[in-house]
Amino acid sequence: MSTPLRQIAFYGKGGIGKSTTSQNTLAALAEMGQKILIVGCDPKADSTRLILHAKAQDTVLSLAAEAGSVEDLELEDVMKVGYRDIRCVESGGPEPGVGCAGRGVITSINFLEENGAYDGVDYVSYDVLGDVVCGGFAMPIRENKAQEIYIVMSGEMMAMYAANNISKGILKYANSGGVRLGGLVCNERQTDKELELAEALAKKLGTQLIHFVPRDNIVQHAELRRMTVLEYDPRSKQADEYRQLAKKIHANAGKGVIPTPITMEELEDLLMEFGIMKKEDESIIGKAAVAA
Amino acid sequence: MSLTLEEAKVRNKELIDEVLGAYPEKAGKRRAKHLNIHEEGKSDCGVKSNIKSLPGVMTIRGCAYAGSKGVVWGPIKDMIHISHGPVGCGQYSWATRRNYYIGTTGIDTFGTMQFTSDFQEKDIVFGGDKKLEKLLDEVEALFPLNKGISIQSECPIGLIGDDIEAVSKKKSKELGGKTIVPVRCEGFRGVSQSLGHHIANDMIRDWVFDKTDPAKNAFEPSPYDVAIIGDYNIGGDAWSSRILLEEMGLRVIAQWSGDGTIAEIENTPKAKLNVLHCYRSMNYISRHMEEKYGIPWVEYNFFGPSKIEASLREIASHFDDKIKEGAERVIAKYKPMVEAVIERFKPRLEGKKVMLYVGGLRPRHVIGAYEDLGMEVVGTGYEFAHNDDYQRTTDYIKDSTLVYDDVTGYEFEKFVEKIQPDLVGSGIKEKYIFQKMGVPFRQMHSWDYSGPYHGYDGFAVFARDMDMAINSPVWGLTRAPWLK
Repeated sequence: MSTPLRQIAFYGKGGIGKSTTSQNTLAALAEMGQKILIVGCDPKADSTRLILHAKAQDTVLSLAAEAGSVEDLELEDVMKVGYRDIRCVESGGPEPGVGCAGRGVITSINFLEENGAYDGVDYVSYDVLGDVVCGGFAMPIRENKAQEIYIVMSGEMMAMYAANNISKGILKYANSGGVRLGGLVCNERQTDKELELAEALAKKLGTQLIHFVPRDNIVQHAELRRMTVLEYDPRSKQADEYRQLAKKIHANAGKGVIPTPITMEELEDLLMEFGIMKKEDESIIGKAAVAA
Repeated sequence: MSLTLEEAKVRNKELIDEVLGAYPEKAGKRRAKHLNIHEEGKSDCGVKSNIKSLPGVMTIRGCAYAGSKGVVWGPIKDMIHISHGPVGCGQYSWATRRNYYIGTTGIDTFGTMQFTSDFQEKDIVFGGDKKLEKLLDEVEALFPLNKGISIQSECPIGLIGDDIEAVSKKKSKELGGKTIVPVRCEGFRGVSQSLGHHIANDMIRDWVFDKTDPAKNAFEPSPYDVAIIGDYNIGGDAWSSRILLEEMGLRVIAQWSGDGTIAEIENTPKAKLNVLHCYRSMNYISRHMEEKYGIPWVEYNFFGPSKIEASLREIASHFDDKIKEGAERVIAKYKPMVEAVIERFKPRLEGKKVMLYVGGLRPRHVIGAYEDLGMEVVGTGYEFAHNDDYQRTTDYIKDSTLVYDDVTGYEFEKFVEKIQPDLVGSGIKEKYIFQKMGVPFRQMHSWDYSGPYHGYDGFAVFARDMDMAINSPVWGLTRAPWLK
């Protein structure tokens, strides 16, 4: 009997390294023999380039627009197979400033489900852009989609804000569906007390820091070659880090939690506690340079 | 069953309490503000209006798109009105308002045609501006005699943020300054179709007035130029109104918007007086023309001879003796006809009780016509009136009249069931419910595929139709045989 389908999703602030972290981790899962499908849910369509060694693959929505409608597409048209037979699909979306990218995500995911893209895989992984700005980008965390969300973050203030906001989105859908927070993945930026801060935030959110991924230039070297570290240099230390993260995620099935997002004040207190943020000097608020 | 005023007030009060009792507490509290019994001498009807309908009730209201495309813009016959968005809004409202017009449909007039951008999933995801541009090109190629285009936004246009203004400007430039008007009348805006009227008025102000080359529409002014504002020519209403104004010596330079053209709209700022029938849907543009061009406006009422007579005199009072004499001449001319109509129908309709529920004008405007036939309006209400409409209503309704704003399906049924009027006048959604209850009914939006009802000619049709509805032998056959 085959194991039940695991659906996971990577969220996090834009530019934090979601796509890099997720592709490396999924490559490590593939190495463990898991059959993987990646669904990129970012209009930039860059969630699968390291697996496919491609600049950007044709997206579901661009192909649908060409063909007339999404009903005119076949699964083979949109699905590419890359490193270790990882299947890749990019949802795509409109150019910046027009249309509705959120609706695009909904359209694509419905198409993939209806056309059996999830048959015969062990893992479906959604890679979703920065913030849960509207209902469309919350699609992967709705009922019967991702069971666990992994939030990629760092010790930077904005990354932590984003992590907290994403937790709020998860909380909203956790009550109506089955989505849970799998944990935080800290992508090291070498900020002060980064590990401690990430652990503290995880604790506040009621979850775990599932892995602390140290910074290593080898990631950039691999990326320049449009490869994962796992493929570029499987014996490197960094590849082992991703293998560890993959093992932890694999063992984390069903262990997700309903997050306990904190208020803005609590978050700022936390940042001040670790010296990331200075206490506000109320006397300077709203004063222009001339007045000072 | 004839009640005294006091008895009617007590009965109506009990009725209001009864319907409110059926709601959850919070809903009942909110609906209570929209129901009242009119008291003689009060300056308004004592109801709140133009407020969001309650979730969970059956409201009879429409949306902003309906107000703009369906009411204000749609009847302008030589323009093409595009229902921009998915196909349904345009398709299901296609030619439903019976705005009559003269012209060759598909050649120089387009009133009963349906134009839509028929949005698909990809238009939502990637935006619809390119498709709109293409549609505008196709419209120009296929219907070269169109005099302008309006883009009527359906809900998704506002949601995905399409820049229809930019498309309109660009295409207008390419087409030599053609009038192309983007209308942001997305259905989710506002609480009813009323906001759609306002938005549509504002778009005429911003995208039509003072925008065309003055040499385009040759116009020689006369001292007797008037524009009919707010007559949608339903079943020919504007025509039976226009002849009266012309017979009294006025020159009608524009009809807004029933059987109207874009050139007429453009020329309206040259009128000497704007005569306003539907206050609710076109008071905005009338006020604007007063402020900007100094054109006075006067409300009038062409339902039933009493109101027609008063209105003709009121309109004439804005002109010289020639027109005043003209008004008297018109009144005298139609007197024998009016008397014949009343003589024939009043004995058949005398004392009959009517309940109305219409849009924003007729719940008050038609009351005089019923009264001319000896009938009595015992209840009335508006879908989308504002407070100024309810103030005006007090000139028409009598003490003890039941007033219901944005009535719910439940309330209206209950009221009619208990009051048992001889006639209900409302819309298509209400018609069959009441007819199945055995209550005669006339549609008062579309004139039940009849009309006109405006003017003296219209009164004759109105009287006949009301008689036909109330005194039809069918009502004697509706009782089940086993109940006899």
